[in-house]
Amino acid sequence: MGSPDTACASYLDPILERYGYRSVNLLQILREAQESFGYIHPDAVDYLMLKLDIPRTKIEGVASFYSFLHLEPRGKYRVLFSDNITDRMLGSQALMERMCRNLWAEAGKITEDGLLSVDTTSCTGMCDQGPALLLNNIALTRLTEQRVDDICSLIRQQVPLHAWPTEFFQVTDNIHRKDLLLSEGFVPGAALEAALHRGAAGMLAELEASGLRGRGGAGFTTAVKWKSCRNAPGEQHYVVCNADEGEPGTFKDRVLLNSYADKVFEGMTLCGYVIGAKQGILYLRGEYRYLLDKLNAVLTRRRAQNLLGKNILGQPWFDFDITIHLGAGAYICGEESALLESLEGKRGTPRNRPPFPVTHGYLNQPTVVNNVETFAATCHIATAGGACYADIGTAKSTGTKIMSVSGDCARPGIYEYPFGVSVRQVLEDCGATHTQAVQVSGPSGVTVAAHEFDRQIGFEDLPTAGAFMVFDRNRDLFEVARNFVHFFAHESCGFCTPCRVGTSLLRNLMDKLHNGHGSPYDIKEIENLNQLLLSMSHCGLGHTACNPVLNTIVKFRPAYEARMLHQEFTPAFDLDWSLQAARQMTGRDDNLAHLSNTEPLP
Amino acid sequence: MSKTFTLDGKTIPFKDGQTIIQAALDAGYYIPHLCHHPEFKPHGSCKLCTVVVSGHQTASCTLQPAEGMVVESETEQLNAERRALTQMLFVEGNHFCPSCEKSGDCQLQATAYHLGMMTTHYDHFFPNRPLDASHDDYLLDLNRCILCSLCVRASRDVDGKNVFALAGRGAQTHLIVNARSGRLADTDFSATDKAAHVCPVGVILPKKRGFAVPIGERTFDKQPIDAYVDSRLARKES
Ligand SMILES: Cc1cc2nc3c(=O)[nH]c(=O)nc-3n(C[C@H](O)[C@H](O)[C@H](O)COP(=O)(O)O)c2cc1C
Ligand code: SF4
Ligand code: SF4
Ligand code: FES
Repeated sequence: MGSPDTACASYLDPILERYGYRSVNLLQILREAQESFGYIHPDAVDYLMLKLDIPRTKIEGVASFYSFLHLEPRGKYRVLFSDNITDRMLGSQALMERMCRNLWAEAGKITEDGLLSVDTTSCTGMCDQGPALLLNNIALTRLTEQRVDDICSLIRQQVPLHAWPTEFFQVTDNIHRKDLLLSEGFVPGAALEAALHRGAAGMLAELEASGLRGRGGAGFTTAVKWKSCRNAPGEQHYVVCNADEGEPGTFKDRVLLNSYADKVFEGMTLCGYVIGAKQGILYLRGEYRYLLDKLNAVLTRRRAQNLLGKNILGQPWFDFDITIHLGAGAYICGEESALLESLEGKRGTPRNRPPFPVTHGYLNQPTVVNNVETFAATCHIATAGGACYADIGTAKSTGTKIMSVSGDCARPGIYEYPFGVSVRQVLEDCGATHTQAVQVSGPSGVTVAAHEFDRQIGFEDLPTAGAFMVFDRNRDLFEVARNFVHFFAHESCGFCTPCRVGTSLLRNLMDKLHNGHGSPYDIKEIENLNQLLLSMSHCGLGHTACNPVLNTIVKFRPAYEARMLHQEFTPAFDLDWSLQAARQMTGRDDNLAHLSNTEPLP
Repeated sequence: MSKTFTLDGKTIPFKDGQTIIQAALDAGYYIPHLCHHPEFKPHGSCKLCTVVVSGHQTASCTLQPAEGMVVESETEQLNAERRALTQMLFVEGNHFCPSCEKSGDCQLQATAYHLGMMTTHYDHFFPNRPLDASHDDYLLDLNRCILCSLCVRASRDVDGKNVFALAGRGAQTHLIVNARSGRLADTDFSATDKAAHVCPVGVILPKKRGFAVPIGERTFDKQPIDAYVDSRLARKES
């Protein structure tokens, strides 16, 4: 073996070369370094410090922010079970225990032989075909006991991943209702031709007439965003497509990218044309790593078709190209300013705003950040015109919306409707019966109870980024909310005090209720925390972290009352329970090894 | 004519580029704060400095005022929420004030007094945090770190060294130092660094000099924190 330098150089040099030795690409460099070596070795950190001319603190600070990057050895096979409530409802927890039992593994740890680590991760976006897991960051779907056993033996025999049965990795679209966006017959280049014909100002006017609002959740008017960015001074303008899709229960961007990538890339190119950008970046969540090669192939084809690259469609002044940037397991990077930080190779911490990305975005230059679905929709506006688009949907919510339906229903999958569709209609179409509640737009959205099923999807009533999780009468809405609260505590970026500490406090309170120590005092505490998170948090994550609890407390009170075993405040600390570890270590479980809580302490 | 805004009804002049808190402190009005320091770039993470501007709550250390802006700070509601944030910072780390060298000189403690915090209210996290005594002149007691990043900014922007950085995410966020070993002794940190003198709590402490000023005669024993206004004054005393 040579010195650490030469050992690392062999796999790091080509990566550094590809990313131009630029520290702004640090996240991509670290991700690829890990793909080559299994984890980010301290020698690799030394080498990168040298070659990128950045301090070790920067590299370690970034690497430790992202769930999928590791500064310490992990198993050769790294298994992460998707831990969304929908995966749980399909039995993910028992399957994970089964795998641990089969392979003598302990959740959260690496096995002694270094072969395997098993853990959980936030929703992987496979809710319609779960339970799902990520194996070395590649998605596996439709787990059953049989499949878990098969996986275990493949791991035991150390079969390399590429030799595994391909059906394990199959991800299907499951489209059950198509409308405008999911219709077939889009000819690549058609929208660009139409836009060129209209001219940039004309295209912007159509966008304005369409009334299109962002599909990523916040519903900001797209034309306003594009226009402000177009008018903002800067050396370069940038187009960024937000494909972080981290909101649990959302998977429509995955389907758009899998089968309608041309529309997404063409929408980005349209935007480049309108705002005068030369570069577009797709921020693809790490969980969708398996789509990377396919998407790159689409980009290559579009370059060959003269729809990307230099002189697009023969226009000498029209240069635009797109690169793909992969995330590494951080929900917060879906927040647009955190996403920009991440694109710049930093920790995904939301920026202080103002200024906004339209004037100070990627590399501090004017940048449009839009959701995948928003870009796809602009293609239809370019071809058919804004008025035509505005005819679909409702007055304040024009066009269609793609929903990701999962949970208790016969036909989970993708449904596209004109805005204004009722919750009841969607439930009927997906074959849901005895429905107790629907979580619209994921944990940060709204819990809709049965008496509200006539409410409509749209910015006027129920805005949504796309998630539609169905819970039937047998589900315990308290446990649903508790799962969501754990999600927020896990995904808080930790930048601001209220959210960093508050989401953990909230999780602890929900666990306290779960453990049977709850009283009305705790409900009051939850309400106070919510107020604090709402008013003091730095970004949307903190603002919405209490939503699931507040919604369910009001609408499903009995689920909480069943937990409030006490009328008076009771501490979360239980003396007898905390002796559990001592009992385990001494192998005792007799009467004398237990403290009765009713006996006063000496 | 300089521009002005009002803070709790008082007229505050400001210069372009100043933040609300800078203008307020310059004019002699205290707004509670922990991660703000007049010499460093705004950070906006502790949220103690939150004020109300036209009905919206926002950190005053990151927002620039506009002519005629109406800002509220000393409201019962805001101070109650600031108190809750302070309590959160206390339970998140391990703060044993009676045995802490920084007691009486500590901004977290002084802010808690100022806000009338009587208990920590929330259940303590009791995190496992290391103590780094490797360096000859300085000690790091990370039990008390409130993640304000002042040392990070001081080392990066003033000392040009990057000795400190925040690592991890969420509740696991923690301070790291610039050495493969993870030890302060193996960094280029020095006692003369600006970063050695900015910690608002008792993390970055000089060695070989304990309790030089007796408790009872320390910075905030003499005057409450709001009497100092500018956090630099606190340091000049010691
Ligand atoms: C915590 C958080 C997570 C978010 N995640 C996403 C996401 O995964 N995808 C997305 O498109 N927008 C997400 N957003 C919204 C973005 O900040 C931004 O509003 C959006 O990308 C703008 O695009 P649009 O106007 O096309 O909706 C998130 C916001 C917050 C606060
Ligand atoms: S609210 Fe939460 S996620 Fe947002 S900045 Fe604060 S800690 Fe980070
Ligand atoms: S060590 Fe002190 S200055 Fe540095 S982040 Fe922690 S509390 Fe702030
Ligand atoms: S002082 Fe403004 S957020 Fe900390």
